[in-house]
Amino acid sequence: MTQVPKFTKIQELIYELPIERVMKKDVVRVSPETSMTELKEVLKVNRISGVPVLDGSQLVGIISIEDLIKALVEGDVQAPVGKRMTTRMITVRENESVVEAVKKFAQFKVGRLLVVNDQGQLTGILTGGDITRGLLEAISLDYHAEEISRYRAKHIFEDITSDQTSLILRYKVHGKDFKKGGNASSKIKRALGRLGGIPEEIRRVAICAYEAEMNLIIHADDGGELIAEMRPDVIRIRAIDRGPGIPDVDQAMSPGFSTAPNWIRELGFGAGMGLMNIKKCADSMRLESTLGMGTELEIVVYLRQESGEEQNSEKSKAQEPA
Amino acid sequence: MRLLKEIIEKLDLEAVASSGLTDRPVVAGYAADLLSCAMKSAKRDYLWITLQSHLNVVAVGSLLNLAGIVITEGNRPDQETIARADEVGITLMVTPKTTYTVVGELTHLGVKGES
Repeated sequence: MTQVPKFTKIQELIYELPIERVMKKDVVRVSPETSMTELKEVLKVNRISGVPVLDGSQLVGIISIEDLIKALVEGDVQAPVGKRMTTRMITVRENESVVEAVKKFAQFKVGRLLVVNDQGQLTGILTGGDITRGLLEAISLDYHAEEISRYRAKHIFEDITSDQTSLILRYKVHGKDFKKGGNASSKIKRALGRLGGIPEEIRRVAICAYEAEMNLIIHADDGGELIAEMRPDVIRIRAIDRGPGIPDVDQAMSPGFSTAPNWIRELGFGAGMGLMNIKKCADSMRLESTLGMGTELEIVVYLRQESGEEQNSEKSKAQEPA
Repeated sequence: MRLLKEIIEKLDLEAVASSGLTDRPVVAGYAADLLSCAMKSAKRDYLWITLQSHLNVVAVGSLLNLAGIVITEGNRPDQETIARADEVGITLMVTPKTTYTVVGELTHLGVKGES
């Protein structure tokens, strides 16, 4: 069985980010005629540990602080850079993803990579530090965008004012379509998360919505509609169908009672616990049914007003799968 | 507290979906094959042990933010179920062992029935 690997954000970015986004573009360079003494000044002034060597626009080598130290030891500081430089140049292309650079750092154990364009001209230089900084910036940009969109969603009720504002989400639920079971409730759960709900309340709403959704799938021949009305202080979920209706509502409400056929029970449904679960999680519920006509279930969950727990809720949401 | 990856290793489970998300804590365990029972009793960061392997276990896992789902007795989820679990980030694990055996081993590792 094939496994689809799950990537972390960093892994994703390493593959997505092109090298040109993280490399240093203003490259300090020297010519082959530069003396090693002059090189020392260039490295010192720019606080860098290596530079590419260019003859005109042609890249001919790279020289680093290590080469300088060797020249000092050997008393060869008057030599031109061209004599002491390394001509083995490890390059990467600017449009490759950062992962290619990571591979080359690991393979060649060098401190810096020369970045070239498709024509082979030097366009930048890349160190491990550049990659780290580039990744951190990209993550914080993403994080910021996410924060802004959450912030906007959260303040929808403050931005749009009326005597009573509510957001209504309607979902069509198809009868006996178990493959889609939980889709509508997942979306309701996510919406409530975006609106800044507290985890415990999100959990209660999710359980109510899921059980109501599954009831439509299991029992209503033509399916039905799941409607979530969200207000700053209360969530009202309604599950409406056109039949077959419940013969005895009191009996349906008793724990363990179920009319689900065997094939549905084998899937793990029909435990006779659904309405009990809803009752436990909801602040109030109302079930009305007419045999042969249809059923309407209304669930109400009150929300606490925003409090100091907001931070906590932000934190736990961040850990949720997207 | 045990991490999911430790449990996978110690119990020799095979992660078939979201196998890269096992660096998370497991606060407790729950076992049942009725989805509404899991809905009622399993909570965030719980490990759920069941022999059900169809798509709806992923919905329950995702709605409750479970740490993962162990599918027992050699039942294997189909591709669609695995794809959904990968999409929502729920780790699915399979094992030929029975639910009873898995629960026994988890208890031995110190994973309790309640957090």
